Amino acid sequence: MDPIDISKVQPIIDRFVGKDVYIHLETTNGAYASHFNEKVFSAGAYIRNGKINYTRGKITGDGPYRAGLKIELGWIYAEGLTHWELDAKNRLLMAGHDTDGKLAVALQISETPFE
Amino acid sequence: MEKQVLVVFPHPDDEAFGVSGSIALHIENGIPVTYMCLTLGEMGRNMGNPPFANRESLPEVRKMELQEACKALGIEDLRMMGLRDKTIEFEDPEWLANEITKAIDELDPSLIITFYPGYSVHPDHEACGEAVIQAVKRIPASKRPKVECVAFSNDCVEKLGEPDVILDVSSVQDKKIATIEAHKSQTAGLMAGMKKRLQANEEELMNRIKYEQFWTYKFD
Repeated sequence: MDPIDISKVQPIIDRFVGKDVYIHLETTNGAYASHFNEKVFSAGAYIRNGKINYTRGKITGDGPYRAGLKIELGWIYAEGLTHWELDAKNRLLMAGHDTDGKLAVALQISETPFE
Repeated sequence: MEKQVLVVFPHPDDEAFGVSGSIALHIENGIPVTYMCLTLGEMGRNMGNPPFANRESLPEVRKMELQEACKALGIEDLRMMGLRDKTIEFEDPEWLANEITKAIDELDPSLIITFYPGYSVHPDHEACGEAVIQAVKRIPASKRPKVECVAFSNDCVEKLGEPDVILDVSSVQDKKIATIEAHKSQTAGLMAGMKKRLQANEEELMNRIKYEQFWTYKFD
């Protein structure tokens, strides 16, 4: 993955506008967060292969970045994004890695279901 | 002397730090070891720093690492069960226990190694251990294999007492370190720091490498 460059990522987000796409959205602070530090409140959420169609999508911020997708009746967004990749299957993978390089958030868009 | 060992863990690398030395010892003693690994650790957070894997490529990376680890240990029967990381606790527990029962019926293990349900922190560990215990409970008490459990919750010694099985695995520590290193997407950062500490013979760390500890599960 490469560090996010809005000028490269935004056109790819635009490519999926108006198409039925599959979404992977994930946030996590890890299953061990409250084991290593009992003061940490462990929370996360995960959707894999949510089928959506968005009318606009935008990535913004000064880094880490935020991305929002406007869907018919609502929104999907992720914050803390640092890296991106258009993989061999033409899926847009965006992820946020913390200072140790551990994944903390992911937002991915694909025209075919994720395996 | 065991005749067949069955190891059941949910993630590639769950065996690395606490169990791989014991596995290597069993194999060196000519005892077959089967490793059922429920997922490919698809939801792992370590991607390398800077990242060399991503959420979609990680499963394939970790699958190869797991196979590499098994090679380092001499495990010939690796069973990747195809479940998804962080979803084990949401599966039908009866179905999962049935999968374990099938393996037990086939292999007739004298020893099963898994996580101690209630004392193993990660929800996948807890659900995995629970399924194994449920499966073993179906066997009449006199015929049950021994179940040695890994526990590491902050309250495990307080609640379970000291571990009753402590194995000196120093004779196979090279294999153990090779196993930890095989899972490099998950352990590379850790190993960089660990190597220096091992060279300095840091006692606490040396003991984690040289000794492995288990709690024998007490049924009823």
